[in-house]
Amino acid sequence: MGIVEAILLSVITAATPLVLAAIGELVTERSGVLNLGVEGMMIMGAVSAFAITQITGSPYIGMFAGVACGALFSQLFAFLTLTLVANQVATGLALTLLGIGVSGMMGESFLGMQGVKLQPIAIPLLADIPYVGPLLFRQDIIFYLSVAIVAGVHWFLFRSRAGLKLRAVGDSHASAHALGVSVIRTRYLAVMFGGACAGLAGAQLSLVYTPQWVENMSAGRGWIALALVVFSSWRPWRLVAGGYLFGAVSISQLHAQAFGLGIPSQLLSSLPYVATIVVLILISHNRRMTLINTPASLGKPFVPDR
Amino acid sequence: MRIELEKRAKVSTLFSILSPFIAFLLTIVFGGIMFALLGKNPVMALYSFFVEPLSEVWSLHELAIKAAPLILIAVGLSVCFRSNNWNIGAEGQFIMGAIAGSILPVVFYDWQSPLVLPLMMLMGMLGGALFAAIPAFLKAHMNTNEILTSLMLVYVAQLFLDWLVRGPWRNPGGMNFPETRTFAVDAILPEMIASGRTHWGFAFAIIAAVLVWFMMRYTLKGFEISVLGQSERAGRFAGFSSRRMIWFSMLLSGAFAGLAGISEVSGAIQQLRPVISPGYGFTAIIVAFLGRLNPLGIVAAGLVLALTYLGGEAAQLSIGVSEKVTRVFQGLLLFFVLSCDTLIHYRIKLIFDRLTATTSEGSR
Amino acid sequence: MKKLLLVLASTTAAIGFATGASAQEKAKICFVYVGAKTDGGWTQAHDIGRQELEKALGDKIETQYLESVPEGPDAERAIERLARSGCGLIFTTSFGFMDATIKIAQKFPDVKFEHATGYKTAPNVATYNSRFYEGRYIQGQIAAKMSQKGVAGYIASFPIPEVVMGINSFVIGARSVNPDFKIKVVWANTWFDPGKEADAAKALVDQGVDILTQHTDTTAPMQVAAERGIKAFGQASDMIKAGPETQLTAIVDTWGAYYIKRTQAFLDGKWETTSSWDGLKDGILTMAPYTNMPDDVKKLAEETEAKIKSGELKPFTGPLKKQDGSEWLAAGASSDDGTLLGMNFYVEGVDDQLPK
Repeated sequence: MGIVEAILLSVITAATPLVLAAIGELVTERSGVLNLGVEGMMIMGAVSAFAITQITGSPYIGMFAGVACGALFSQLFAFLTLTLVANQVATGLALTLLGIGVSGMMGESFLGMQGVKLQPIAIPLLADIPYVGPLLFRQDIIFYLSVAIVAGVHWFLFRSRAGLKLRAVGDSHASAHALGVSVIRTRYLAVMFGGACAGLAGAQLSLVYTPQWVENMSAGRGWIALALVVFSSWRPWRLVAGGYLFGAVSISQLHAQAFGLGIPSQLLSSLPYVATIVVLILISHNRRMTLINTPASLGKPFVPDR
Repeated sequence: MRIELEKRAKVSTLFSILSPFIAFLLTIVFGGIMFALLGKNPVMALYSFFVEPLSEVWSLHELAIKAAPLILIAVGLSVCFRSNNWNIGAEGQFIMGAIAGSILPVVFYDWQSPLVLPLMMLMGMLGGALFAAIPAFLKAHMNTNEILTSLMLVYVAQLFLDWLVRGPWRNPGGMNFPETRTFAVDAILPEMIASGRTHWGFAFAIIAAVLVWFMMRYTLKGFEISVLGQSERAGRFAGFSSRRMIWFSMLLSGAFAGLAGISEVSGAIQQLRPVISPGYGFTAIIVAFLGRLNPLGIVAAGLVLALTYLGGEAAQLSIGVSEKVTRVFQGLLLFFVLSCDTLIHYRIKLIFDRLTATTSEGSR
Repeated sequence: MKKLLLVLASTTAAIGFATGASAQEKAKICFVYVGAKTDGGWTQAHDIGRQELEKALGDKIETQYLESVPEGPDAERAIERLARSGCGLIFTTSFGFMDATIKIAQKFPDVKFEHATGYKTAPNVATYNSRFYEGRYIQGQIAAKMSQKGVAGYIASFPIPEVVMGINSFVIGARSVNPDFKIKVVWANTWFDPGKEADAAKALVDQGVDILTQHTDTTAPMQVAAERGIKAFGQASDMIKAGPETQLTAIVDTWGAYYIKRTQAFLDGKWETTSSWDGLKDGILTMAPYTNMPDDVKKLAEETEAKIKSGELKPFTGPLKKQDGSEWLAAGASSDDGTLLGMNFYVEGVDDQLPK
């Protein structure tokens, strides 16, 4: 395996949880809800995926548990912000706080246990293509799912009726309501999808990336995912580009260090963040395009008149 | 059963006062249940959380120290959030303020004069404001979303501080450990009262809160902030520039965060080290909203949140719960406070299918 | 309201008194942790030490701790809280607690303090540290014997003297076996982020190292090594479970021995301020079993360990050159502890640059 391939493989592993958590949040935000609790939902997904894998012995069941737990946990946020119209920003942050605490408590008895890794699945024929095969077609199921989910979300948002309704809810909840779309129900589902994706991202951390459970193991990746949604201007494929850009710069800086270039490691470590900002500046000069894609009702509460 | 909200014709004054207390009661009930389930004495637990930290003078001082940066940052953020500018990067502005303010005591440590301290504070504000100017410029002129830029710049600031204290600013007499020299007496923010450690940073926080409260309530600027925050279009009709507002709110919140940073460093830490904030810039976002974006509310919210940190420690010792349990309890409290605020603007109705309408609080 | 508070205060004072009375004969020994006590690394090692202390002297003492205490004003508050709650001896277990410990110690002259890995002492503040580098020297020798390519990867956390010392000792050990041995260093800029540590490990392996060693806290690098079929060394605790066929040995922090020794002195009224820097011979660090290596390598490692314990071998002994080729220690000369504790230069053979 050449060094380029090796680097790309590491990039894919590093970018997958970011892309997954971000695509979920993208759908949530497209429906007009800003959930800053991604980090909390992610860590809940990580701990439950690990715990259930240990109990059942099957990382696949564990993965589903991660998804379920993320989805369930997000409903706490949904109830507060949608039913009780509590402030979304503060509730999201509180959700993160709670997630870190609860996951720490849940995971206490699983600390130091040996993880089970989700093994790669080679896709027949495709896996044998030189270069591309080992990179894209000898991956674990969560990577395949991440690709499928992004494609699915793209199709859903821009090609399906339900997706059109969801975007309408996010752009103008009053008009959508007037047209007979159930704003609250749509948003509940969108938040749940966001939670499920964050849970899956967490499962990737504790079953693929580093098959183990340690407290706080998401280490701020939920925040990066949030930034990626903004980076993408709420467009799925651009989000993937952002996630892989961030992952690529993160991995390259480690390689640069190992080469011994003599550049301060802090400068190298800050590159992924700077790169994301610079690229965003370059692609967001077109104000109209950005405005079109920004959900106009983002973060605004909705209470139907009766 | 489902829950329906009915908008009140008028904001309920009664509930804006009562709702924190209802939330508090709910927290006590549910928190008590949680502690009991964990096999801990709920009375002791709640006592440790809410009473013990308030029962001793030294602890009150600690409360003020912990609350000061939260309040000061949150007050600045409230102006941002009210005008729809999403500055998520106060943490970075806090750090850069601390760095800029520390130039004098670290680089020009020989220069001792009563001017040092005021200059440090000014430079701290300037440092925070300049760092906030980056996302402000990018938003106002390059159309770049400030949530991303301000958040990403936090990491850059953290790494910059890390590099400074390990490299150029490292204390020459400090065995090569990553910290700057300790500030000279002239560069240390003095204590406010003799009975404890509270330094003037707390006073800054209170003064800032009162000033911003006055501005929001009685000045045209305050009006401009709320109008632009509610609708950019309406603001334009009134002749307000949203671009100028981006600059104003970001620079203001950056300056406050920077002042909080240098106050914390000069008053409480007295040197720079790789990590100078346990996430104050992020926690302050919660504080800002807990205080309903009202500067005076923020003072109360900051104190309450600080109390739960102190209480969490007390509980670790008195009943032996882990730090995670205190984190969960904190989350519980936040959830109740946030959801009880609903009562200010809405009546809550529990609707049982067909048998309609039993109201949770008397329908008047 | 005031009355109510008074009533509350008096009842709880009664509670406090009751619990205080039952524990009156037992001395309270307290700990301040920078991480969660279950972090699987640095803090957990200290907490295991605390448990050993309780086991050994449990009839005479009780222990208390505060975990996840951030450095800075929070640390000052945490330490003061413990001092006020009647702790007689307080261990503060992170370098960043140094100034906070000194400040609070001035306020509470009757309480004894022990600060880990720092350099400031006071009449009631002692410091303690562990000569981790002795273990790293042994690891270097094993690495040089085991590596086919002659290059090891080193995942480092932050450039502090402790870490630099470890890197140097590893290289000196390795070069005592293979004078051409090289290491590549990656700074993760974190003590604790499994993902990032794994990424760093992968980067190093991809660049051709065939032995990994780490100065960060999670088992992630060990897992990567296991996956890639190379060998690795554990850090802070025995990580054999993460790499049954991968771990060669590990430096295990065993603070318990020190905690018991110092608490006993405290109970006997013989506690005095010291700057103690114990090593392998005192049991403050131990080597996990030498596994996954041929017998001759194992024999070499055991011999070296015995020589270090007996004082016959000191890792930092000349002839040694600095990275730039200048002379550091003449043949036979050993470094003084002061230079080691403030170490900010590399020895020859390290392929990395330190921040200036």
